Amino acid sequence: MNYLTMIVLLGTSLLGSVAGVLGSFAVLRRRALMGDLLSHAALPGLCLAFIIMGQRHFAGMLGGALVTGLAGVALITLVCRFTRTKEDAALGIVLSTFFGAGVVLSSIIQHQEGGGAKAGLESYIYGQAVGMGRQDLYLIAGVSAAALLVVLLLYKEFKVLSFDSGFARAQGWPVLTLDMTMMGTLALVTVIGLPAVGVVLMAAMLILPGATARFWTNRLGPLLLLSGIIGCLTGGIGTLVSAGLVKEWLGFDPLGFGRSESNLPTGPVIVLCGTAVFLFSVFFAPRRGAIARLWDAVRLRGKIARENLLRTLYELGEPQLPNPPAVSLDQLLRRRAWKRTTARWLLWRAARSGLVQRELDGARLTERGLAEAARLVRAHRLWELFLIQGADIAPDHVDRDADAIEHLLTPEILSQLESGLPTAKLPETGVPTSPHTITANAVSGGKNAVGPPENEEGPLRA
Amino acid sequence: MLDWINQLDPNLQTDLWVITVGAMTNTACALLGCYLVLRRMSLLGDAISHAVLPGLVVAFVLSGSVHIVYMGLGALAVGMLTTVLIETLHRRGGVSEDASMGVVFTSLFALGVILIKRYGQAVDLDPDCVLNGLLELVVINRVEVFGYDVPRALVTIAPVLLLNVVFILLFWKELLISSFDPGLADTMGLKAGLIHYLLMALVALTTVASFEQVGSILVVAMLIVPGATAHLLCDRLRTMMLISAAIAVASAVLGHFAAVHFNTNTAGTMSVVVGMFYLAAVFFSPRYGILSALLRNFRTSLRIVREDLLGMLYRLEELAVPRTLEPREAKRAVGGGWLAGLALRSLLRRGDARRDAKALRLTDSGRRQATRLIRSHRLWEVYLVEQLGLPLDHVHEPAEHMEHFIGRDLQEQLAAETAETATDPHGREIPAESDSR
Repeated sequence: MNYLTMIVLLGTSLLGSVAGVLGSFAVLRRRALMGDLLSHAALPGLCLAFIIMGQRHFAGMLGGALVTGLAGVALITLVCRFTRTKEDAALGIVLSTFFGAGVVLSSIIQHQEGGGAKAGLESYIYGQAVGMGRQDLYLIAGVSAAALLVVLLLYKEFKVLSFDSGFARAQGWPVLTLDMTMMGTLALVTVIGLPAVGVVLMAAMLILPGATARFWTNRLGPLLLLSGIIGCLTGGIGTLVSAGLVKEWLGFDPLGFGRSESNLPTGPVIVLCGTAVFLFSVFFAPRRGAIARLWDAVRLRGKIARENLLRTLYELGEPQLPNPPAVSLDQLLRRRAWKRTTARWLLWRAARSGLVQRELDGARLTERGLAEAARLVRAHRLWELFLIQGADIAPDHVDRDADAIEHLLTPEILSQLESGLPTAKLPETGVPTSPHTITANAVSGGKNAVGPPENEEGPLRA
Repeated sequence: MLDWINQLDPNLQTDLWVITVGAMTNTACALLGCYLVLRRMSLLGDAISHAVLPGLVVAFVLSGSVHIVYMGLGALAVGMLTTVLIETLHRRGGVSEDASMGVVFTSLFALGVILIKRYGQAVDLDPDCVLNGLLELVVINRVEVFGYDVPRALVTIAPVLLLNVVFILLFWKELLISSFDPGLADTMGLKAGLIHYLLMALVALTTVASFEQVGSILVVAMLIVPGATAHLLCDRLRTMMLISAAIAVASAVLGHFAAVHFNTNTAGTMSVVVGMFYLAAVFFSPRYGILSALLRNFRTSLRIVREDLLGMLYRLEELAVPRTLEPREAKRAVGGGWLAGLALRSLLRRGDARRDAKALRLTDSGRRQATRLIRSHRLWEVYLVEQLGLPLDHVHEPAEHMEHFIGRDLQEQLAAETAETATDPHGREIPAESDSR
């Protein structure tokens, strides 16, 4: 690895990690697209500074970019506050017109100065990490340190602001100032990153690590740490891939880009590395990942089917209890809208876990199965009684509701329900008699039972 | 039919073509944009216009040409993919909507840039053109259609504009209902989801057809800004469509001349011009503008202070021992400041009060207004005491606020609902409705 690649590698890793950390806040606050706005709105500032300063004055241009970027944010806030334009439209309006103004200005510069000056501005739109020099690295390092310091110092404040800004306001915190500080830091990082990865992809570097880390943790501290690490790694790996170093080390080209003469552009490769990590997390993250959720849903469905089977067996043999009779498959099918194969499979599974005992083509509840079934029937009927007495619902209307909720009632809720009932209602077994006649129609459960939990964001504990 | 154009001065020809193509592109975007703005999906247009890039490259690689049909197909496919991916990530993946949008379109854009670097070097798929647009060069690239020599861009955008117009006319009702109330649309059996995807397909198609002219960022400007501007100006969808189309055309014309004048990028000036239109609407829209709201508030404040002055003079006349009020005292009594001065001057000018030596006195017309106001005030007090059971010392303040907003109808209703009392809770007489208006 040569010296120049080393500088670029350090620069992109640093940039990736600090963008990841600050971007996480933006993602948490549902402002993920603010990064996109900041980077687009920076363009006219860059050009204006260029025109005023007359030459490529790095700090001046970054200052200009910062000013117009923040002006864009302020405009959005004002437009949303004072007109009927909604936030999404306001964001789009400011983003596109500012960028349009930037294009106009850069075109004017182009005509003024000829081709030579153009290269400087062009790199801001698509990014040119390769052009990173020692000075740029120092600047990135300085800004990253400052930004991280701000996050560290204002950690508690930013945390409250991200999760409950209303609470922060009620506590008398300077919410507006904090908000401006956060946005300003974000804008600073965005502007610093523009020359390296360009306008569109800077937005990705802000969003991707935070969105990825969100799949793995529910706590803010680890989230920030993780997104910093993810940003750093994807930045580094992206740079190595685009510089062709991965190809060199491995001895072959894993991405099949070997035929291309020129190296790949760094920004897009970094972003695609981030996308790869993101996609991996979407599928494989524990708990929040797609596969984990699918598995949970399947398990829940299996549990519901098993419990429906047990309750049906109990109700069919109720007159002969406590000695459960053998129930035939046909009897079962008359009660439940199951296919024959489904019912057989359910019985087989229940038998394997020792809940029923297979007899001929039907089954008989074992002692364990009976206890479990009694628990379920009790939950079902307690809920029905509660609905009848507590919510004043007709006895022939309660079965379906109870069917849906019986699988989720905890022992605490059950004892609460029980204590609300007149004691005389409960026979010694603890299982109340059904408040309505049990018919085939009434127990059509299964399909109407609760589905997998809705896909909503779980609570994120601060 | 088009021959006369080719006989014109070349500069004028350029003007004409650039404006025509620009206006058509802008209108095609603006019409769809109205729905995007209303459905709060403006940023989906932004996302799609970035994300179609890989679709274009893949279409080029597969077909070996940059013909608009292949490009359109590629863009359509990726546009749909973008929409579906964003929704799936949001609904099934538990990613918040803005983040899923940001992730999807930037990733696809990155993929597109890499694919262009990899395959697109041979073609004129110039990322710069995709982003910035080169409308001013539209006259150079020409084709022959039905014997007429026209810019190629015109042949691309005209059918798309036509398609958009036809789509909107055909599905007017469905679009209307599903934009304002998707739930209602579903219960009525209109497929809101299908309409949504059709709309997105058209956005993708329009985006790719506009790329060459205005570039992807400026497509976003044309998709969102005219619609948002029109939304500030009116309350009916039909009017909104017409206004946004007019704005689109106007910004094409003004944008072109600005670009010629400053010798710069036409697409850029068009988006700046349309932004100016929006800014103007923000301030000067008759109903929703900031300035008009300020003006409205100012007028209301002035009216309230004026009425307060009238009410005060009326109450003075009522006193057993009449006392007069000097203008300076009167102004101080209603809060002072320039507003009070303005209100007093306006009263005098309207002839509702006159200055008698140093004292202010009501004229007949002023007394009529004052009577109405005091009647409202005291009726409201009676109502609060009788119907709401408020204590006596709690009714003056609310009545002081309400008196300015009680019209004739409400007054009659109040009189009907309160018992037939001739006095207010403080024992003062409720003046009768003066018939001589």
